[in-house]
Amino acid sequence: MTLPLFFFYVFAAVAVVSAFMVISARNPVHAVLFLILTFVNGAGLFMLAGAEFLALILIVVYVGAVAVLFLFVVMMLDIDFAEMRQGMLQYAPVGILVGVVLLLELLLVAGSFFISPDVVSGSGLPIDATMDNTRQLGLVLYTRYFFLFQTAGAVLLVAMIGAIVLTLRHRSTAKRQNPVDQVARRASETLKVVKVKSGQGL
Amino acid sequence: MGLEIGLGHYLTVAAILFTLGVFGIFLNRKNVIVILMSVELILLAVNLNLVAFSAHLNDLQGQVFALMILTVAAAEAAIGLAILVIFYRNRGSIAVEDANVLKG
Repeated sequence: MTLPLFFFYVFAAVAVVSAFMVISARNPVHAVLFLILTFVNGAGLFMLAGAEFLALILIVVYVGAVAVLFLFVVMMLDIDFAEMRQGMLQYAPVGILVGVVLLLELLLVAGSFFISPDVVSGSGLPIDATMDNTRQLGLVLYTRYFFLFQTAGAVLLVAMIGAIVLTLRHRSTAKRQNPVDQVARRASETLKVVKVKSGQGL
Repeated sequence: MGLEIGLGHYLTVAAILFTLGVFGIFLNRKNVIVILMSVELILLAVNLNLVAFSAHLNDLQGQVFALMILTVAAAEAAIGLAILVIFYRNRGSIAVEDANVLKG
């Protein structure tokens, strides 16, 4: 067994086992942590396939942002997760049925298809083995796929604005600063000089 | 099974991950957070397929596509979790069964 193949099996096995733990973990915090493990091992598989940039982006975006977002939400909501487990076995049979059928179909397709030779020799972006993966991606991303790149940026912008609009809420009971009022304050409106006679007070 | 990592290896792993994601949606019918995580698993499986074909066909297009799927998946997670938070604020629960206000 060659070394890459050995690492492939390690990454694949850990990814599959932790993916199973994601859907079956009792505690959702554990589920998020297993999701992180799955993504790290998926990044390892990407690395073995030669997609170094995507592998590191997967770690940065998923482990660094998405998984932490999940973790925040899990911890922010006060939910009785034990109660949510009720009736889980009720759906297990139909889930297993659908899962097994789907897996068999996917493996059947994965094992029996073949790639037409004219597809391979046709157009596309041949990978230049002498160049870095990141450099190659950058060269096409900002030229040939520039529109796609901009659209991806627009998608992220809309998602960001949408998430803010959805979750922003103004509480009428909360006391907040009003900087305009503070700046517009004059000494004449707020200060009063009073002559106090000695021995009398106000 | 040869000594090199072939396309079939990647497709098998991706198929298993995809199935686990679908199975997770069925299994956690009450918990929307785990359903969102299952969707992330499915998207990871799709990305794995694209990268595997990209490596096998020696073509960079697959990786560009995978990058776009990554973007959409991140946006989807952000929006999904935001909807989850306001749903919890309004209903005090995140069970899928409670999302029946529009039911006639």
